[in-house]
Amino acid sequence: MSFLGKLSLDAIPYHEPIIMVTLAVVAIAGLFIAALITKYKKWSVLWNDWLTSVDHKRLGIMYIILAMVMLIRGFSDAIMMRTQQALATNGAAGYLPPEHYDQIFTAHGVIMIIFMAMPFMIGLMNLVVPLQIGARDVAFPFLNNLSFWLTASGAVLINISLGLGEFAKTGWVAYPPLSELAYSPGVGVDYYIWALQISGIGTTLTGVNFIATVLKMRAPGMKLMQMPIFTWTCTWANILIVASFPILTAVLGLLTLDRYMDFHFFTNEGGGNAMMYINLFWAWGHPEVYILVLPAFGIFSEVISTFTSKRLFGYTSMVWASGVISVLGFIVWLHHFFTMGSSANVNAFFGVMTMVIAVPTGVKLFNWLFTIYRGRLRITVPVLWTLGFMVTFTIGGMTGVLLALPGADYVLHNSLFLIAHFHNTIIGGAVFGYLAGFAFWFPKATGFHLNERLGKASFWCWQIGFYVAFMPLYVLGFMGMTRRINHIDNPAWNIWIYLAAVGAAIILVGIILQFVQLYVSIRDRDQNRDTTGDPWNGHTLEWSTASPPQFYNFATLPQVADIDAFTDAKEKGTAYQRPKHYQAIHMPKNTPSGILMALGITAVGFAAIWHILWLAIVGLVGAFIVFLFRAYNNDVDYYVQPDEVARIEDAHLNHVVRG
Amino acid sequence: MSAHLDSHKTDDLAASIKSYLMGFVLSVILTAIPFWAVMTHHFEKSTTLSLVLVMAIVQIVVHLKYFLHLDFSKEGKINTFSFLFTALIIVMVVGLSVWIILEANTLMM
Repeated sequence: MSFLGKLSLDAIPYHEPIIMVTLAVVAIAGLFIAALITKYKKWSVLWNDWLTSVDHKRLGIMYIILAMVMLIRGFSDAIMMRTQQALATNGAAGYLPPEHYDQIFTAHGVIMIIFMAMPFMIGLMNLVVPLQIGARDVAFPFLNNLSFWLTASGAVLINISLGLGEFAKTGWVAYPPLSELAYSPGVGVDYYIWALQISGIGTTLTGVNFIATVLKMRAPGMKLMQMPIFTWTCTWANILIVASFPILTAVLGLLTLDRYMDFHFFTNEGGGNAMMYINLFWAWGHPEVYILVLPAFGIFSEVISTFTSKRLFGYTSMVWASGVISVLGFIVWLHHFFTMGSSANVNAFFGVMTMVIAVPTGVKLFNWLFTIYRGRLRITVPVLWTLGFMVTFTIGGMTGVLLALPGADYVLHNSLFLIAHFHNTIIGGAVFGYLAGFAFWFPKATGFHLNERLGKASFWCWQIGFYVAFMPLYVLGFMGMTRRINHIDNPAWNIWIYLAAVGAAIILVGIILQFVQLYVSIRDRDQNRDTTGDPWNGHTLEWSTASPPQFYNFATLPQVADIDAFTDAKEKGTAYQRPKHYQAIHMPKNTPSGILMALGITAVGFAAIWHILWLAIVGLVGAFIVFLFRAYNNDVDYYVQPDEVARIEDAHLNHVVRG
Repeated sequence: MSAHLDSHKTDDLAASIKSYLMGFVLSVILTAIPFWAVMTHHFEKSTTLSLVLVMAIVQIVVHLKYFLHLDFSKEGKINTFSFLFTALIIVMVVGLSVWIILEANTLMM
């Protein structure tokens, strides 16, 4: 084995013009950003205040930036797939050769789920949950920073695969035997394994961290059944994370042993069973989609109750419905492989369980409707996303119940009907939810409003584009078109393929408008300041802080006696009180340990992918040494002095009085 | 004050020893019964097997209560719930996985 393992200059895909142009654009954009940072002398700010920050709010913002960057990458893949299929009709070859096309659909799935949706969800959770429960930070702030960097590490690896070597051509599920060494000898599956493994461990740590946070750090007086609904749905999602991500870690570990050490867990020849991979993968994969969608349900609940100026209808049933969804979500995974051919009893059990999930979800939908009933709904951008969700997700849910019939699934399995269904629920459920949350909490995180007009325009493009892009896929599914097809020779499908491509283009306009909205809002930020900290007349504690919140969140921990703690305080007249004197506040110090450890781990992943033994050792030892330094460092915290707290609080409260 | 604390401590210690002894005695009994049943062939084979199984499960509960101190008191609740949750997940994931793969194997043989 050479010094660089399997790595050589041949690994760079010079012959692929699309990839080379992409790399050039990324390089130019990167240099441009670096030049801007240098010009405004912001490197030290970037390092000291952001990259090494243990502040949950800053980590939340960094998660969301990561999600948006990866959204661009994942959506580029989507546009390429749609245009490829539209061009490759009537026997034409299109512009993407199969081996490249296969990498694109794999990358699209992995990126959208693991590196777009997850960071977006965890970002919003980071931003909001500690504020909602009246805590000053999460239970383990340094661990939170490490979790973020492990997620980023996985994202870095998957992006390196674009310019060095290849990505997996197996589909985002990487089923063996295709993902075994015999059928995927390249580095693609290894990139997949290590990117998922590293970011998955980060996610598990996040789950542990946030469960500890909500159990131990709630404001005085806040009972579990008084936690805001978004916090509750995030908590259920975290419980699912802690329960299911270890399964992913284990199953990827087994596949790693198969590929690197000649084990035979999933090979037929060596007596393994590929079905076990599929089984374990989905035992993680199905809870994963509930991890994505439950926090979105929480966001919709917050948005609806805030903008109708009413208390959420059926808070208790909402909490329990989420709990039931969490538990049921854990016993439905076989519906992803009804066609594997387990017995009729097995298929019937999982089919029934799947249909039963529609019941608690229906409870939630009716709760939202009853919240709106006789309320005065203000049609803002977050509300538009919520209304769009309620219609779209209901359609997705009903096609899901259709697929839950094993008999119907035998016809529709792996067809475009399935693709339409899960995009219908993940876009119409999770993504709409995150975008609602983004618009809802943006003033809280940054201190200024998003441009309303552009936000609405973006929503309508997404909403219309979604239907134009995905309804044709339902039709194509019924016409027998399967997923992941490189070129098409059935003329009856053409018109629907073209329509879907048009839909994707409309969504593209929506995404562009979203970024234009960000640009315009940042440009006009001085006209759109939120000085009160409570722009929407909010119900929960995050709105009682300044916008952006004081870095210590709460000068004095709030006393909670109601679900809508801030509404309660405003009604009783106890909000915005100025205590006579403040106490010193105990805060964690920023630390570079997280980013340095993740750097080492990234090196380990890269080394494992390319079989560079020395680099793996260097990375591992380096990460461990940083860990030891961190573990034996006692200088990790400090106190904010009362006079500084008083100065910051006075500034905020004076703004509130003027506002 | 310190005398009070000391007496409190001895009380705790006595209670703790009592709890461990109780658990030990129960475990011995719960082991002796199936041992006796197997050695003496007193029952049918199927009855013996189910007896062993039931005694084993009861003994697990005894261990959890007397040795691991899982209970529903204010301090112990969180441990108990984490344990029940873990047990539930294991039963669901492992149990259902075994069922799925065994049924599939049966159909393929």
